[in-house]
Amino acid sequence: MSYLSKVLAIVWKDVVAELRTKEMFSSMLVFALLVIVIFNFSFDLRVENIAQVAPGVLWVTFAFASTLELNRSLALEMENDCLDGLLLAPMDRSAIYFGKMLGNLIFICTIEALILPIFSVLFDLNLIQPSLLLTIFLGTVGFAGVGTLLSAIAVNTRAREVMLPVLLFPIILPVVIAATKATGGILDGLPLGDIAHWLRFLVAFDIIFLVVSYMTFDFVVQG
Amino acid sequence: MSRSFRIEDLLTWLSGLSIIVALYLVFVYAPTEATMGHVQRIFYFHVSSAWVGFLAFFVTLIAGVAYLRGGNRAWDILALSSVEIGITFTAMAVITGSIWAKATWNAWWPWQQEPRLVLVTILLLLYLSYLVLRAFVEGEERTARFAAVYGIVAFVSVPFTFMSVRWWQRLHPVIFESEGMHLAPAMLATFLFSLLAFTILYFTLLLHRRRLGKLADQVDGLKERLRTGEGG
Repeated sequence: MSYLSKVLAIVWKDVVAELRTKEMFSSMLVFALLVIVIFNFSFDLRVENIAQVAPGVLWVTFAFASTLELNRSLALEMENDCLDGLLLAPMDRSAIYFGKMLGNLIFICTIEALILPIFSVLFDLNLIQPSLLLTIFLGTVGFAGVGTLLSAIAVNTRAREVMLPVLLFPIILPVVIAATKATGGILDGLPLGDIAHWLRFLVAFDIIFLVVSYMTFDFVVQG
Repeated sequence: MSRSFRIEDLLTWLSGLSIIVALYLVFVYAPTEATMGHVQRIFYFHVSSAWVGFLAFFVTLIAGVAYLRGGNRAWDILALSSVEIGITFTAMAVITGSIWAKATWNAWWPWQQEPRLVLVTILLLLYLSYLVLRAFVEGEERTARFAAVYGIVAFVSVPFTFMSVRWWQRLHPVIFESEGMHLAPAMLATFLFSLLAFTILYFTLLLHRRRLGKLADQVDGLKERLRTGEGG
């Protein structure tokens, strides 16, 4: 099997497992909706123009939903020693990393795709714009890239689910800042040139952290 | 063992001396700043603390990489020592920064005017996450491995955080910056000496803490031998 087909095999495994149970999906979707609604109410009470806080609310929702997904994805591997099985398979450890990362990316993007129309309705904004979709994609790659590595660490600790946000949130802060600013700029109708530096920033973050995660993943899963 | 003891002793005297000199320079030698008055003197130790915070983080990065490459426990002890000391200095930087902010803008936490305060706080949070991670992992070797990886990831994130926080408010020169450019010679000398004094202090504390770490390891080893010797 080529490297790519090994990676895709892992992605396929995750997708099929999720399609059968829809367990992660349903909980993530419900959670995301609840978060949006709660934010909608809590800000509505004090804020004049709710569109002002919309980018922030959107990205906080995505961050929380991503954390749920990342936790779940690795936790599933720990059940029945699936991860050990993967480690024994004749493939480079990095293929496991990329496989899990792509799987996480697909799941998070799918949830985001479902959240966006609902968000648009609740906040009365048009969120289905190409530049915005690009921003969301880049931000999600950032979450999934370093999140896959950190979830592999977190799932091996005593605190499990609680550990991932503790580890992840300070690291992805630049992503949240960049994505929120870019989203705000797009919703305000700024020309792409004005927010391009944020998008370039996201691309740089994504690339660098994909590389760092790929290089250190082996050390995390080896024992 | 006795050789490195001498280095630590020497450094202890050196840092004690340099801090005393630095204190003299800061409070007596350095001229009073025109607009801010005596409050400005906090600047010397504030920046030095932040500098040590970043230096300590860098040392943790190096130690982490070295550990992953060789598996030598000594690097892990160094990494942890550096984090513990770095967290202290970073906390000092945040507190002095807040005090300065209150004196300058009459706000304990001016999000708008001072993004650097946010950055140093995030550094503090990263340190805390590192320590929390270490506390919750089972097994010495595993703890060292995970901590090393997180140390690397955390350090790499710092430049990104720095840039994004800076661009966030889209502001650059603040009182702080222009002060950096227009320091009177006496102030510059005081500032540089404070940096030096704090750096020496950092290394002193680091070596002492590392020695403690090694001793703790030895104690654990002895306990283990006692236990297996008597047990059964």
